Amino acid sequence: MKAEQFEVDGKTMTIRLGEDLDHHNAVYIREMADCYIEKYPIDRVVFDFGGVKFMDSSGIGVIMGRYKQMSYVGGKVFVRGIGKSVDRIFQMSGLYKLVTRLDAAEEA
Amino acid sequence: MENQRNVCEIDFLAVSENEALARMVVAAMLMPLNPTVDELADIKTAVSEAVTNAIIHGYNQNAVGMVHMRCELDGKLVTIVVSDHGVGIENIEQAMEPLYTSKPELERSGMGFSFMEAFMETLSVESAPGKGTVVKMTKQICLPEPDGQVPEE
Ligand SMILES: Nc1ncnc2c1ncn2[C@@H]1O[C@H](COP(=O)(O)OP(=O)(O)OP(=O)(O)O)[C@@H](O)[C@H]1O
Ligand SMILES: [Mg+2]
Repeated sequence: MKAEQFEVDGKTMTIRLGEDLDHHNAVYIREMADCYIEKYPIDRVVFDFGGVKFMDSSGIGVIMGRYKQMSYVGGKVFVRGIGKSVDRIFQMSGLYKLVTRLDAAEEA
Repeated sequence: MENQRNVCEIDFLAVSENEALARMVVAAMLMPLNPTVDELADIKTAVSEAVTNAIIHGYNQNAVGMVHMRCELDGKLVTIVVSDHGVGIENIEQAMEPLYTSKPELERSGMGFSFMEAFMETLSVESAPGKGTVVKMTKQICLPEPDGQVPEE
């Protein structure tokens, strides 16, 4: 199973999510993200869902938690690479109201 | 053709590693039914919600208790029961309300029961404080008809 990867570039932190965004992985992502946010002046968090095959309500908590942190510093949360099953979870939970979608053209 | 029946029961320690295990067990059991991608995703999400709740809420992440999961297939009908002997739920009605969570500090969103309700056809919760919780869910899988055969009625 592919693990999460974190990358900080200036004020932007990109989190390339692994296959499963469940409670087990959410705990790790939260710890790592908090660590980087404390260390660097991050005001943009980008979640890359390209490799995600499964997400449940624990993933909602991860996104909402980072959304709150970014709101405190006037920053924003972005998502990209969202597939069909994750899209359903985003729709149902209203997460799209909190994050900005980056389309394929903006990648690279 | 006779109704195919299968039952699998497992007990596992209340640690988060076993959330993926529980999903995999159920997915493997469903394989012979050829579920659609959506059906499989629905059931895996519901199982994950119930098991995560047992670990986080039932046993307060103490990794001491055991979670029990029973998966039964009866023809097209899938029945999943997830139970724990943890703290139990005092007010089940409130617990099942969308966005209600007793653990906001753990970044929970209160959507678990809502997803179980949305992704399965039936959901029932029995719980008693100090005794534990039993979550039962069912869903019908649409079996594809074998090629070139008309269903007999
Ligand atoms: N097995 C359980 N044992 C004890 N309490 C539970 C159990 N399952 C659920 N609860 C209670 O019901 C509430 C609602 O559960 P639900 O799954 O809907 O939301 P959540 O787990 O708090 O958040 P989320 O699932 O979105 O991360 C929980 O906050 C908890 O108080
Ligand atoms: Mg839950």
